[in-house]
Amino acid sequence: MSDWIEVGRIEDIPRLGARVVRTPQGNIAVFRNAEDQVFALDDHCPHKGGPLSQGIVYDCKVACPLHNWRIDLASGHAVAPDEGQAAVHAVRLQDGRIFLSLR
Amino acid sequence: MKQRLVVIGNGMAGMRTIEELLKIAPDAYEITVFGAEPYGNYNRILLSPVLAGEKTIDEIMLNDLQWYHDHHITLHAGHKVAGIDRRRREVRSEQGISASYDRLLLATGSTPFIIPVPGHDLDGVIGFRDIHDVDTMVEAARQYRHAVIIGGGLLGLEAANGLMLRGMSVTVVHLSDTLMDRQLDSIAGQMLRQSLEQRGLQFLMATQTEALLGTERVRAVRFKDGLEIPAELVVMAAGIRPNIELAKQAGIHCERGIIVSDTMQTYDPRVYAVGECVQHRGQSYGLVAPLFEQAKVCATHLAQFGIGRYTGSVTSTKLKVTGIDLFSAGDFHGGADSEEIVMKDVARGVYKKLVLKDNRLQGAVMYGDTGDGAWFFQMLRDGTDVSDFRDRLMFGQAHIGDSGHGGQNSAALMADSMEVCGCNGVCKGTIVKAITGKGLFTLDDVRTHTKASASCGSCTGLVEQILASTLGGGYAAATQDKPLCRCTDYNHDAVRKAIRDHQLTTITAVQQFLEWKTGDGCHVCRPALNYYLIASWPDIAVDDQQSRFINERAHANIQKDGTYSVVPRMWGGLTTPDELRAIADVADKFKIPTVKVTGGQRIDLLGVNKQDLPAVWFDLNQAGMVSGHAYGKSLRTVKTCVGSEWCRFGTQDSTGLGVQLERITWGSWMPHKFKMAVSGCPRNCAEATIKDFGVVCVDSGYELHIAGNGGVKVRATDLLCKVASEQEVIEYCCAFTQLYREQGHYLERTAPWVERVGLSHVRQQVVEDAQSRRALAERFRYSQQYYQKDPWAERASGGSDAHEFTLLKEVAG
Ligand code: SRM
Ligand SMILES: Cc1cc2nc3c(=O)[nH]c(=O)nc-3n(C[C@H](O)[C@H](O)[C@H](O)COP(=O)(O)OP(=O)(O)OC[C@H]3O[C@@H](n4cnc5c(N)ncnc54)[C@H](O)[C@@H]3O)c2cc1C
Ligand code: SF4
Ligand code: FES
Repeated sequence: MSDWIEVGRIEDIPRLGARVVRTPQGNIAVFRNAEDQVFALDDHCPHKGGPLSQGIVYDCKVACPLHNWRIDLASGHAVAPDEGQAAVHAVRLQDGRIFLSLR
Repeated sequence: MKQRLVVIGNGMAGMRTIEELLKIAPDAYEITVFGAEPYGNYNRILLSPVLAGEKTIDEIMLNDLQWYHDHHITLHAGHKVAGIDRRRREVRSEQGISASYDRLLLATGSTPFIIPVPGHDLDGVIGFRDIHDVDTMVEAARQYRHAVIIGGGLLGLEAANGLMLRGMSVTVVHLSDTLMDRQLDSIAGQMLRQSLEQRGLQFLMATQTEALLGTERVRAVRFKDGLEIPAELVVMAAGIRPNIELAKQAGIHCERGIIVSDTMQTYDPRVYAVGECVQHRGQSYGLVAPLFEQAKVCATHLAQFGIGRYTGSVTSTKLKVTGIDLFSAGDFHGGADSEEIVMKDVARGVYKKLVLKDNRLQGAVMYGDTGDGAWFFQMLRDGTDVSDFRDRLMFGQAHIGDSGHGGQNSAALMADSMEVCGCNGVCKGTIVKAITGKGLFTLDDVRTHTKASASCGSCTGLVEQILASTLGGGYAAATQDKPLCRCTDYNHDAVRKAIRDHQLTTITAVQQFLEWKTGDGCHVCRPALNYYLIASWPDIAVDDQQSRFINERAHANIQKDGTYSVVPRMWGGLTTPDELRAIADVADKFKIPTVKVTGGQRIDLLGVNKQDLPAVWFDLNQAGMVSGHAYGKSLRTVKTCVGSEWCRFGTQDSTGLGVQLERITWGSWMPHKFKMAVSGCPRNCAEATIKDFGVVCVDSGYELHIAGNGGVKVRATDLLCKVASEQEVIEYCCAFTQLYREQGHYLERTAPWVERVGLSHVRQQVVEDAQSRRALAERFRYSQQYYQKDPWAERASGGSDAHEFTLLKEVAG
């Protein structure tokens, strides 16, 4: 598909870490977990807008750096009992290259 | 085929076991539950508020029928089990339904003891145990006027209070002359009786019931002394008996209760038992907290993890009568070999008694002000040695000041609309509603659901009181065994010991060795493990940046809008015109919106974009400035006053000494932040007596103070010792710092650490034992070789962590 944008290679993101892609629609956080899966969310916590890219990544979650809400990387949903969702973006990994599709 | 687990009794202990089991081994069993009551599992504790009209049955459901369905559990509600055939491994209900088991769990609870006086089987004579009893009482309150409660214990008084609120005229009859004599001593019992009398209850103390009179329904009660009073409702609250009929019939060994081992197994290892029906090491319990501990152990055993053992519980009690504040725990009667500390102020309605043996708390009774209940209870269970602060013990934690909630220390006196948690704006009513509505039992539960006490923690005591007065007891997990986080069952000390004893040097190695339950840990354990590793092996362990909180990873403090603040070090609070010029230039060049003098005697540049950080640092480095670690669990500031160099009262060079201390200790990572100060005379302008390590200079030398804390809970320091020279100050400082680095739990500041291990312990290691002091100081200096590097310089040069400060990509519009 034509709207996949290449944003970098998997080694550019530390394992259990994240980096930011700046787009006209705002910042997008691209995460890499221990299994080398990648995920992309709006860099905007559903609680008070904290930059999720700065949080600690574990399992398939990130803990927001501001008040520790935990956000599921695949769905963008806050882990219960907190409620809210960060927008999810489609992301694809091919030969170590990361492609992002903006919504 | 899956193993089959059958549970008899769908009450609080049985279902808690199933919940714990589902958490750790959701697919291990096919589960069938028989429950004599025709409902799901409800919070029996809250029957009292239901009776009092403060809650509804719907509000106290813990697991409704849908829950059983969602978890694929077959529930036979309203089916009483009539027999167990252990040879065929099968149970059968009165209705004739049977189920086979591989494992069986007995959780049949207990039954109210009905005193066998003549007339005990008349209509209108009941116990207080289940929803049916509450319905009967509510109905009676509509039709009749007089109620008599036999038994002035916890249940009896809660029943009496409820019936009174429903308009009945209530008399409580009690055998002894002290109410709740199993929980209260005579003075507290007396105070309780007075306040209940003021509310309108009547009491007949030291009175024995002889007969209940009536033909079909009870009409009156007659006592041994011949007195007769009218009663159309009699509630027997004279104790409970473990419900062991079924177990006995099946040939399972019972005494007063069903005998179980530390793994909650009966003499038939396929058959487990938990809850009030159980007798463990000679004890049966009638409160939920111990049953929940049993449930957890039983679940791990059923899941074949087999690590937990139940070793018995210490319990605490609260009466759930709105507006009455009492607390009791442990053995408060004392004896010949114990001592008592008593505080009594009848006019204010406050009474407190602490019972001590060998400087350890054995029991506590409190009436009127239970603010410190949770604190005492924790020390009681931990067996804390209180000799270091025995003189202040009675005055509670509050004697050290209590900012954050305006000195409010009695939750009972708070209106529902009053704010409890000042950080997150949570009021009392919200907390009570969450506890009852969501079925919460622990401080952790309340924190996750309401956020109350989840930030600075200053309202923790209040939240614990609200929990206790809503649920009637202390529900914190036994503190000694409190695991580091949900990923493991090991506590901080056990983890550290494993790291040292087995020379584990990476987070993965620790997680594998200690069989972490999660793959890569979580945001709670990873930073802790990372700290323990670099503190244990400064020369070998690799600092894992991905396990650091953002502030420590970015070496700057994140702000609410995602920008960062930059605080360069100003040694001992000293600066120079050149440094000030460089700061001003940086602020101009990077358009930094706010420049502020901090509470730590230095300057904060706020609102810096993350990508600009390395360049900002580069400029500051050029002017000779390094990171101030305002973001770190590490040495923060060393505040000083002007001292003998300028001040007309100064006795020593406090400024110079402060600079030396900061030069030696900066850069070291700690369990939590660490602050120091040096004051030039006892006027103490640098506030050294609320610092982690403080020096007060006097004419003859230096007083060394430790474990002070400003912030959430103000705590003045303890005097460690006095020394004569600057050299000694430095050596003691390094030794104390290192002891804290080696023994403090991650995120535990020096104040709670010293309170936990005791001042004597620290004195012993740092003052009395010179060899230990030298070794500690030596280990500190060794570690500093590796960690005293400016993290800003490393990054400003572009050398390390470049990815941290650059975008992955910029996508054009
Ligand atoms: C900047 C500063 C306020 C100011 O403008 O003066 C400050 C700012 C923050 N303090 Fe503080 N504290 C500052 C001096 C203090 C002091 C005063 C002092 O050090 O003499 C105290 C009380 C003394 C003490 O710690 O014992 C203080 C007690 C706290 C506490 C409560 C600690 C406690 O043990 O109770 C926290 C919360 C925490 O650490 O968990 C905290 C946390 C914070 C945090 C880190 C909150 C956060 O997590 O974001 C703030 C970071 C702001 C930032 O980005 O710079 N700050 N904070 C001060 C920096 C001093 C410095 O030069 O490094
Ligand atoms: C009014 C009241 C107030 C209380 N207040 C407090 C308090 O403030 N704090 C506190 O900690 N504790 C309190 N308790 C005690 C607490 O409720 C009990 O300790 C707890 O409920 C015991 O749990 P359990 O699972 O052992 O028994 P239960 O919760 O009684 O559950 C046992 C279940 O097994 C069923 N059962 C029995 N035999 C059979 C059979 N043969 N077949 C099928 N089902 C069977 C019963 O019907 C019952 O539903 C209170 C109790 C009451 C009654
Ligand atoms: S700087 Fe300190 S006191 Fe001020 S709002 Fe932040 S944490 Fe609270
Ligand atoms: S902004 Fe993310 S938890 Fe508050």
